[in-house]
Amino acid sequence: MNQVRIIEVKQSVFADNDRRAAQLRRELKEKGIFLLNLMSAPGSGKTTTLTRTVELLKDEIKIGVMEADIDSDVDARAMAAAGVKSIQLYTGGMCHLDADMTRQGLDELIDGDVELAILENVGNLVCPAEFDTGAVKNAAILSVPEGDDKPLKYPLMFQVCDVVLINKIDVTPYFDFDLERCTEYIRMRNPDAKVIPICAKTGEGVEEWAGWLRQQVREWVTFS
Amino acid sequence: MHELGIVFHIIRSVEQVAADNGLEKISAVVLELGEVSGVVPDYLTDCWKWAAAKEELVSGSELKIETLPAVTHCGGCGRDYPTVAHGRICPHCQSGNTWLLTGNEVSIKEIAAY
Ligand SMILES: Nc1nc2c(ncn2[C@@H]2O[C@H](COP(=O)(O)OP(=O)(O)O)[C@@H](O)[C@H]2O)c(=O)[nH]1
Ligand SMILES: [Mg+2]
Ligand SMILES: [Zn+2]
Ligand SMILES: [Zn+2]
Ligand SMILES: [Zn+2]
Repeated sequence: MNQVRIIEVKQSVFADNDRRAAQLRRELKEKGIFLLNLMSAPGSGKTTTLTRTVELLKDEIKIGVMEADIDSDVDARAMAAAGVKSIQLYTGGMCHLDADMTRQGLDELIDGDVELAILENVGNLVCPAEFDTGAVKNAAILSVPEGDDKPLKYPLMFQVCDVVLINKIDVTPYFDFDLERCTEYIRMRNPDAKVIPICAKTGEGVEEWAGWLRQQVREWVTFS
Repeated sequence: MHELGIVFHIIRSVEQVAADNGLEKISAVVLELGEVSGVVPDYLTDCWKWAAAKEELVSGSELKIETLPAVTHCGGCGRDYPTVAHGRICPHCQSGNTWLLTGNEVSIKEIAAY
C-alpha cells in the first residue's frame, strides 16, 4: 500500500481565476483596450442600456460587444443594428464567465481594432460577482421593480462594482422604491461606488453614465 | 449550473497544486464550504463525480466537504452573531448595519495524494 501524502493548500477556489484575471488586465493595459463588465439580474436592462451607450459613444470610441446573456442571439442582432461589432460567448449553461472565457471572447472580438470592449455578463447577481473577468471596471444595473433592498441581499455584487446604474426610474411611481435608501444601502457595502439613476428606455441619465465611461476609457487608453 | 462551474475551478486549482508538488494521482480533496456560500454540497459532490471521472489526475478521488459556520458582525453594537439563525438584523440591538465575517468561503483546505 502506497503512502498517502497530505498537501495543505488553504486557497480559495477563486484564487486561480483572480490570477488569470489580473494577467488579462495587464495585457489589456499594454494593448490600450478598456474592458467593461456589465452585470445585472435577468431583465434589468443590460441590453437596452448597452444599445443607448453605444449610440452615444460609437462615433468617438471604437466599441466591441461580447454577449453572454441567455437570450443573446436577439441581443447580438440589436448590437449589429446599432453599428457595432458584436460576438456571442457560449457559456454552455454556465452561470458566470471567468477570466479564461472572457479572454477567448476578446481574442475573437479584437482582431478588428477595439478601444472599448463591453461584456454583457450572464443575467445573475451571485456568480458573476465571484469571478473576476479581467475587466478594468465593473458596472451593475439594478432596476426599480427589483426593490431598493437588493444591495442588502446581494452584497458581494455591490461590493465589486465601480458604478451602479439604477434603471427604469420611469416606473418609480408604481413601486415602493426609495432612491435615497437604495443609494444608502449601496454605500454601506461600497462607499466608493458611483450611483447613476437612468431610464434606458427614454435615454434619461444615460449621458451622465456615458460621460463617466468615456472618461474611464480615455484615462486607461491614454496612459497605457 | 453553479456547482459544475465551481467544480471545474477546483479541478484547475488541484492541477496547479499537483504540478507544483509533483503529484500524479489524487485520492481526495478536502474543501471548506461556508454555510452561506450559496453552494449546495450534494450538487457539488455529484458534479465532482461526473467531472473528476474525465481527468486522469483526479478520477475516482473523493471530494470531502467541511462546513464552516457563518458569523455576522454588527456595526451597531459591535457584537457577532450566527448568520443562519438571525439573518441581516442584529438579534442584540436590531440594527441592520451588519456584515458577514465568515461563511462565504469556498476554499481548498488540503489534498491527499498517493
Ligand atoms: N419601463 C422601462 N423598461 C425598460 C427600461 N430599460 C429596459 N426596459 C425593458 O426591460 C426589459 C428587459 O430589458 P433588457 O435590456 O433586455 O434586459 P437584460 O436582460 O438585462 O439585457 C425589456 O422589455 C426592456 O424594454 C426602462 O428604463 N424602463
Ligand atoms: Mg440582455
Ligand atoms: Zn468558471
Ligand atoms: Zn453560479
Ligand atoms: Zn447589534
